Amino acid sequence: MSDYRIHGATGEWEVVIGLEVHAQVVSNAKLFSGAATAFGAEPNSQVSLVDAAMPGMLPVLNGECVRQAVRTGMAINAQINAWSRFDRKNYFYPDLPQGYQISQLYHPIVGEGEIEIELEGGATAKVGVERIHLEQDAGKMLHDQHPSMSYVDLNRSGVALMEIVSKPDMRSPEEAGAYVRKLRSILRYVGSCDGNMEQGSMRADVNVSVRKPGQPFGTRTETKNVNSVRFIMAAIEYEANRQVEVLEDGGTIVQETRLFDPDKGETRSLRSKEEAHDYRYFPDPDLLPVELSDAFLAECRESLPELPDAKRARYQDGLGLSAYAANVLTAEVETARWFEQLLAATGEEHAQRAANWVTSDLFGALNRLGRTIEDSPVSAAQAAELLTLTADGTLSGSLAKQVFEIMLETGQDPGAIVEERGLKQTSDTGAIEAVIAGILAANPGQLEQYRGGKEQLFGFFVGQTMKAMQGKANPAVVNELLKKALG
Amino acid sequence: MSVDTATVRHIAKLARIAVSDEEVAALEPELNNILGWIEQLQEVDVTGVEPMTAVIPNQLRLRDDVVNDGNKRDDVLANAPNAEHGFFAVPKVIE
Repeated sequence: MSDYRIHGATGEWEVVIGLEVHAQVVSNAKLFSGAATAFGAEPNSQVSLVDAAMPGMLPVLNGECVRQAVRTGMAINAQINAWSRFDRKNYFYPDLPQGYQISQLYHPIVGEGEIEIELEGGATAKVGVERIHLEQDAGKMLHDQHPSMSYVDLNRSGVALMEIVSKPDMRSPEEAGAYVRKLRSILRYVGSCDGNMEQGSMRADVNVSVRKPGQPFGTRTETKNVNSVRFIMAAIEYEANRQVEVLEDGGTIVQETRLFDPDKGETRSLRSKEEAHDYRYFPDPDLLPVELSDAFLAECRESLPELPDAKRARYQDGLGLSAYAANVLTAEVETARWFEQLLAATGEEHAQRAANWVTSDLFGALNRLGRTIEDSPVSAAQAAELLTLTADGTLSGSLAKQVFEIMLETGQDPGAIVEERGLKQTSDTGAIEAVIAGILAANPGQLEQYRGGKEQLFGFFVGQTMKAMQGKANPAVVNELLKKALG
Repeated sequence: MSVDTATVRHIAKLARIAVSDEEVAALEPELNNILGWIEQLQEVDVTGVEPMTAVIPNQLRLRDDVVNDGNKRDDVLANAPNAEHGFFAVPKVIE
């Protein structure tokens, strides 16, 4: 895999990385209650008596969360466990009213799978997934609202999370970044997590250790709750360098929980508890085991969309797109969806032209406007019309760019713009010939030089003709008629 | 397996239960008694016996993914020793 190394005073060190990604399951209601999961609601407004752990309340499992976890497992070719069970993880914290988190330690719903990641230069690597289990999220705490109090909001309490545990297969920040990006892409294709890292829908616990190449694994530290790809990569780099420094100074790495400080770009020890973690896991007596029928599993499998790897391969092999275009068009599910709407309207025979247009013209415009493809001012149907107008010769390349700019500004359909503003390309030979005659008459000097052998002046005449026709002349026709008139 | 007084104190602390020295002294033999019973149960040969998860044949029931609860902030906060601005307010905990 990676040849990424930390260059220490005593030689080179290899970095070993494993990630535990917490992905919020897309569902209307919580994992065990009927309270809503929507982001940004008034504090404690989306809390049922189950989520607040009132005495006597019993959890009832949300079938949709089970389905989403199973579909996610299938999308990474993982072992699906038709029999799984929930356990209680016991600890006390103010954001956990039950005094335990319902999770799955012993019998997770999804077992081993794997994810293929793309690295710079087109290389790929496989990263193993150890397991995926379902668990409850905790509440949210605010520490800066009151001098001596912490505020607790239980809206998130009981929301379903998938904990996706990788194997310690990554060896560089780049690989870890590629893994999280790929995982996010898959989750969004499947629709089991919105992948919104700013809102905390996806966050990672980053396990890092270092070793001399070929040696056994070193002691790892766990940096909790890192919420962007960039921060994950920065946390790994900082933590690996810190560990090398400690070890080379003759120290030892303590297995501990650390926190990443994005402002300083460093990790720091969160707590070295005098009491070791002792969660006293045991099967939750309020919940029967989860048993999945063959019909349920079949439905999950049938509901899976075409996934990014398959789609990319199809774009390259089936549609003849470049590796680059296939990659950028499939990395985000919204882009792929938009592109496929476009293709449905233009026909797949125009795939390469459509891909070029999307990756250069459309992406360029969206970038300039600070927009994403989801709120693109131009719809896929409008783009298809524009491409068709170019393909059938109504618009030249430069006219198409003009029309596209107007579409971005006004949101009008390209056909209407062409009609209204008379931007149609003309192939009317009579009209073009008349203009050419005028140009030649107005530029006798250039004409003489051209005929005297200065052939690069041909471009000058093309330019003058196009200008006189306000860019609406068919360039191929102009070239042909000019050659005739000058020859 | 048996517990000593240090383990009793540890378990009590994990469970956030305050125990006096006298209670610890009383709890130690009590817990060891229970552990003795469990050990006796563990002597039973259960090879090939499926773990029982319910006393009558029963299957986990699933709920539909429908929002039909929540919007009861006052109820949720009613028993809280302290609540401010719609939040539970607890003594400051900062890690």
